[in-house]
Amino acid sequence: MASPAHAESLALREQFDTAAQQKDASTLGMWIFLITEIMFFGGMFLAYTVYRGTFPLVFAVASSSLNVYIGAANTVVLLCSSFTMVLAVRAAQLGQQRAIIFFLILTLLLGGVFLGVKAYEWNEKFEEHHIPGATFHLEGVAPDQQGHAQLFFSLYFAMTGLHALHMVIGVGILTVLILQTRKGRFTADYMTPVDVAGLYWHFVDIIWIFLFPLLYLIDRHLK
Amino acid sequence: MITQAVQEREHYLNASYGMKSWLLTKDHKRIGLLYLATVTLFFFLGGAFATLIRIELLTPTGGLVSSETYNKLFTMHGVAMVFFFLIPSIPATLGNFFLPMMIGARDLAFPRINLLSWYLLVIGGLFSLFAMLAGGVDTGWTFYTPYSTTYSNTWVIATGLGIFIAGFSSILTGLNFVVTVHTMRAPGMTWFRMPLFVWANYATALIQILGTPVLAVTIVLLFCERVFHIGIFDPTLGGDPVLFQHLFWFYSHPAVYIMVLPAMGVISELISTFSRKPVFGYGFVAASSMAIAVLGFLVWGHHLFVSTQSVYAGLVFSFLSYFVAIPSAIKVFNWTATLYKGSISYATPMLYAFGFIGLFTIGGLTGLFVACLGIDVHVTDTYFVIAHFHYIMVGGTIMAYLGGLHYWWPKMTGRMYPEGWAKLSALVIFLGFNLTFFPQFILGYLGMPRRYHVYPEEFQVLHVLSTAGASVLAVGYVIPMMYFVWSLRWGKMAAANPWGASGLEWHTPSPPPSHNFEETPVVTQGAYDYRGVIGEVIEVG
Amino acid sequence: MGTLRLFPEQASTFAPEVDHLLYFLLVVAVFFTLLIFGAIFYFAVRYRRRSEQELPHVAHGGMALEILWTVIPFGLTMVMFTWGAAIFFRQSRPPDDALNIDVVGKQWMWKLQHMEGQREINELHIPLGRPIKLTMTSEDVIHSFFIPAFRTKQDVVPGRYSTTWFQPTKAGRYHLFCAEYCGTRHSGMIGWIYVMEPRDYEDWLAGGTATGTLAENGQKLFQSLACNNCHKDDNSGRGPTLVGLFGKNVQLAGGGTVKADENYIRESILQPSAKIVAGYSADMPTFQGLVTEEQVLQLVEYVKSLAPKSPAPTATMESAPGAAPRNR
Repeated sequence: MASPAHAESLALREQFDTAAQQKDASTLGMWIFLITEIMFFGGMFLAYTVYRGTFPLVFAVASSSLNVYIGAANTVVLLCSSFTMVLAVRAAQLGQQRAIIFFLILTLLLGGVFLGVKAYEWNEKFEEHHIPGATFHLEGVAPDQQGHAQLFFSLYFAMTGLHALHMVIGVGILTVLILQTRKGRFTADYMTPVDVAGLYWHFVDIIWIFLFPLLYLIDRHLK
Repeated sequence: MITQAVQEREHYLNASYGMKSWLLTKDHKRIGLLYLATVTLFFFLGGAFATLIRIELLTPTGGLVSSETYNKLFTMHGVAMVFFFLIPSIPATLGNFFLPMMIGARDLAFPRINLLSWYLLVIGGLFSLFAMLAGGVDTGWTFYTPYSTTYSNTWVIATGLGIFIAGFSSILTGLNFVVTVHTMRAPGMTWFRMPLFVWANYATALIQILGTPVLAVTIVLLFCERVFHIGIFDPTLGGDPVLFQHLFWFYSHPAVYIMVLPAMGVISELISTFSRKPVFGYGFVAASSMAIAVLGFLVWGHHLFVSTQSVYAGLVFSFLSYFVAIPSAIKVFNWTATLYKGSISYATPMLYAFGFIGLFTIGGLTGLFVACLGIDVHVTDTYFVIAHFHYIMVGGTIMAYLGGLHYWWPKMTGRMYPEGWAKLSALVIFLGFNLTFFPQFILGYLGMPRRYHVYPEEFQVLHVLSTAGASVLAVGYVIPMMYFVWSLRWGKMAAANPWGASGLEWHTPSPPPSHNFEETPVVTQGAYDYRGVIGEVIEVG
Repeated sequence: MGTLRLFPEQASTFAPEVDHLLYFLLVVAVFFTLLIFGAIFYFAVRYRRRSEQELPHVAHGGMALEILWTVIPFGLTMVMFTWGAAIFFRQSRPPDDALNIDVVGKQWMWKLQHMEGQREINELHIPLGRPIKLTMTSEDVIHSFFIPAFRTKQDVVPGRYSTTWFQPTKAGRYHLFCAEYCGTRHSGMIGWIYVMEPRDYEDWLAGGTATGTLAENGQKLFQSLACNNCHKDDNSGRGPTLVGLFGKNVQLAGGGTVKADENYIRESILQPSAKIVAGYSADMPTFQGLVTEEQVLQLVEYVKSLAPKSPAPTATMESAPGAAPRNR
C-alpha cells in the first residue's frame, strides 16, 4: 500500500505546487462547471416557465397525464442514490477501498433503476400518442390548443432527455471511478476525483428535484 | 514555423519537435499559438466575406452576387468574426500564453482541458466551415425566428452546431482561467498585485461561464424547432418568436463584453509600459472590469426596443444600459490620466493603444445614442448600429489585439517585428478604419437599413467612401500578417525585456522555457513597478 | 450617383423631437471625443520619452478625480435616458382620434388597408396634419415598418398585432423600408409614403375602386363564415354578443380578466380555446387557415364598429400641435 506522501506525489500534476492546491483547483473547477450546467438547464426552465404562464390550463391537463406515483418513486430512487454517493465519498475519506466500491456500485444501480423507469415512462408516452409530431394528440384539450399541449411535451422530453443524458454520463463516470478504485488509485489523502464526482452526481439529483414538481405536480387541482 | 534559436537554450518552441508534440501539447504557450493560427484563419475568412460585401455595395443595384448569396455573405461574415475570431482571440491567444506567466504559474489549472478547448474550437469551426462551403447560411448571425426555424432553406443546423461546439470551447477556457486565478497565484501575488490584463481576463471568464450555456440551450431549442416543429418559436403553433430574441441576446449582449474586456486588459498593459507608469486608478480599472461583467447581464433588452417588448421593459433596459457605460468611461479617463507626466514612447504597441482609446471612445459614445430609447427607434436596424459596433469590435478589440500581438511578439517568438513597417500599418489601419465606418453613422441616421443588398441611389456616395476605406483597411491588415511571418526567420533577436516593462512575463527569457520560470517567483511588489527594470534612472515628472 | 444628403428630412411631429435629442447627444459626444483625443495628443507630445533612462514620478490615485469623472458622465447619461424615455413613451401612446390603417407584411411586400376599404401595396397615402395609427401583423416572418423621415420604426411580428403612430407635418413622398431581415428580397421590401394635403387625400380616397369599408367587409365575412349563428346581437346565442365588446374588460372562465383589444379579438378567432368567457364553454371552432390576416383585420374592424363611440379625451388632443381640424 503506497504511503500517503507517495500517493500524493504520484497524483500531483506538474502545474501544481502542492496537493492542497491541486485539490482546491479540482473542486473549484467542478463547482464552476456545475454553475454552467445550471445556466444551461436554466434556459430551458425559463422557456418552460414562460409557456406555462401563457397556457396554464393546457399545461395542467398535459401535466396530469404524467404518472405522479412513478415520478415520485423515481425521485426517491435518486435521493437514495445521492445518499449512497455520500457514503462512497465518506468511505473514500476513510480509505476504505471495499466500501467505496460497494457504495459506488449501489449508486450506479440506483441510477440505472432511474433510467429504466424513465424509459418505461417515455414508452408509455409513445403508446398514448403524446410524443410531439404528426401523431400527437392529447385528450381533454381542444383542437386549436393541441399545438400548445405539444409544446408541453416537447419541453418535457427536452428537459428530461437532457437530464437523462447527464445521468448516463454520470453512470459512465461512476464506472470509471469503480475501476480506478479497484486499481488502488485512491487513498484517504487523495480521493479528489471521488469527491468531485459526488458533486456532479448531487447536482444531477438536484436538477431532478426541480424537474419533478415543475413537470408532474403543477396545478393538478386546476384540471 | 519552427523558430531557429541562435542560442542552444531550451525553450518551449524547441523543447520538442513534430506534429504530435504540437497537437498533443499541454503547454499553455503552444496552445496559445495553436489558437493564434486558428483565429487568424477565421479572421481572414470573415474578412474575405466583408470584402465581397463592400465591393457589392459600391453600386446601388449590386450585380456582383445574387441576393441569396449576399444574404449568406453578411451572415457568414458575422458568424466567422464573432464566434470564431473575436470571442476566442485575445483570451485564447494572449490570455492563454500570458495569464499563467503574469501570476507566476507554470501553466493553467487544467492543461488538458485547455487543449480540449482548442480542439472544440477547431471542430466547431469545421462544422461551420462545412456549412459555408456546402452552400452557406442566410439567417444573419442573429438567427431570428421564425425565419431561421421555418423559412430558411440554408445550412442553419450545421452552422448552429459549429457555434454550439465552439461555445463549449469558450466555457472551458473561462473555467480554466477562473480556477487558475483563484488557486495558482505565486506566493505574494495578491489579487490587487495582479496585472490588469489578468483582472480583465478573469472578468471575461466569468461572463463566458455564465452566459455561453444560455446560448447553447437556445441553439438546442432552435434545432428542435427546426427539426421537430415543436412550436416554441413558431407562432402558427402557438410559440413566441420574440422569446428567441430574449434568449439569444441574454448571451449575445454579454458576449460583446467577452469581446471587449480582454482588449481593455491589453490596453492597460500597453499604456502602463509605454508611459513607464502604473495605470492611474488601478483599483477603479480592476473594479470596472468586474462591474462591466455583472452589469452586462442586465441590459439585453436594449436589442429589443422595437420588437414588441413592453414599454416598461424598454425603460428598465435603457436605464441599465447607461449604467454599464459608466465603467468603460472610467477606464478611458484613467488610461488618459496615466499618460500625464509619463514617459511616453511611440513604439507600435503604444500607437495601437492610442488608436484604441480614440476609436473605443467614439464607439462607446455612440453606444449612448443607441441606448437612448427615442433615438434607437430611428437608428436600430440601420447602418448606425453597424458603425457603432464596428467602432468597438474593430476600432477597439482588433486594434488592442494587434497592439498586444506586437507587444508580446518578442516574448512569444524571440524575434522583433520591423518597427517601421509596423508603424506604417498602424497608421494605415487607423485611417482605413475611419474611412470605412464613419460614413456609416451618417448612412444610418439617413435611414439606410442594415442587411440590404440593394439600396436607393442617394446612399451611394457614402457607400463608395466606405468601400474605399475598406480597401485601405484590408491592406493595413495584410502587411502585419506578412512581416510577422517574415520576422520568424529574419527578425532581430529579442532580449528578455525589450520594452523595459514590468510584469513577471518579462523576467524570463524570450522565448520562455517550457515551464515558464526556473523557480516559482515570490512576489513582493504590486504591478507596474518600474524601479529596477531599466537600471540607472532619470527621475522625471 | 444621386445627390449627397447628410441628414434626413423631418416630416413628422416626432422628427424634430428626435433630432433635438440627437443634437444634444452629438454635443456631448463631440465634447468628450475632443477632450480625450486632445488630452492624449497633448500628453503624448508634452511627455514624450526623451531618454531611455527616464522614470516618471508616480502620482497616487485621485479619489476626487475618480468621483468627478464618474458622477458627471452619470448625470449626463441620466438626462439622455429621461429625454429619450419621454419621447419613447409618447411614441407608444397613439391619440384616441388617430386615423387607423391596417398593415400586413409578408415576404416581400407591404399590404395596407384603409378603413374606407382602399387597399395599397407598398404605398401608403395619408393626410397631412392628422395622427395616423398603424395596426400591423405579419403573415410569415418578422418584418419592421420603418419610415426614416418620420423617425418611426416598429417590428411587425407574426402571431400578434403591433402598433405605431405618427403625425405627418410635411407633404411629400418618403421612403418606407423593411428594417428586419426577412429573407431573400428583404432589401426589395420597400415603398413610399405619400403625405397629401387633406383635400387631396379626400380626393384620392374617393377616386379609388374601394369595395366597401373594412368594417363592411368584416360584416360580410361575419355572415359568410356564420359567426352570427352563435354571436347574436341580443346575446341569445351559444356565444357572447360582440356589441360593445371592444375595449371592455372581459371576465374569463377560471378567473382573471382580459382587455378586449385587437390582439384579443384576433386570438379569439384563431385560437378560441385559449381564453373562454366566464359562463360559456369551449365550443367555438378555430378559423386558423380559413381566414387570411387581412380578413382577420376586417373582422376586427367590424367588431370595433359594434362598440358604442367612446368620448375623445381632451388630453390627447393637445399632443398634436397644428393638427388639421377634424372633418370626419
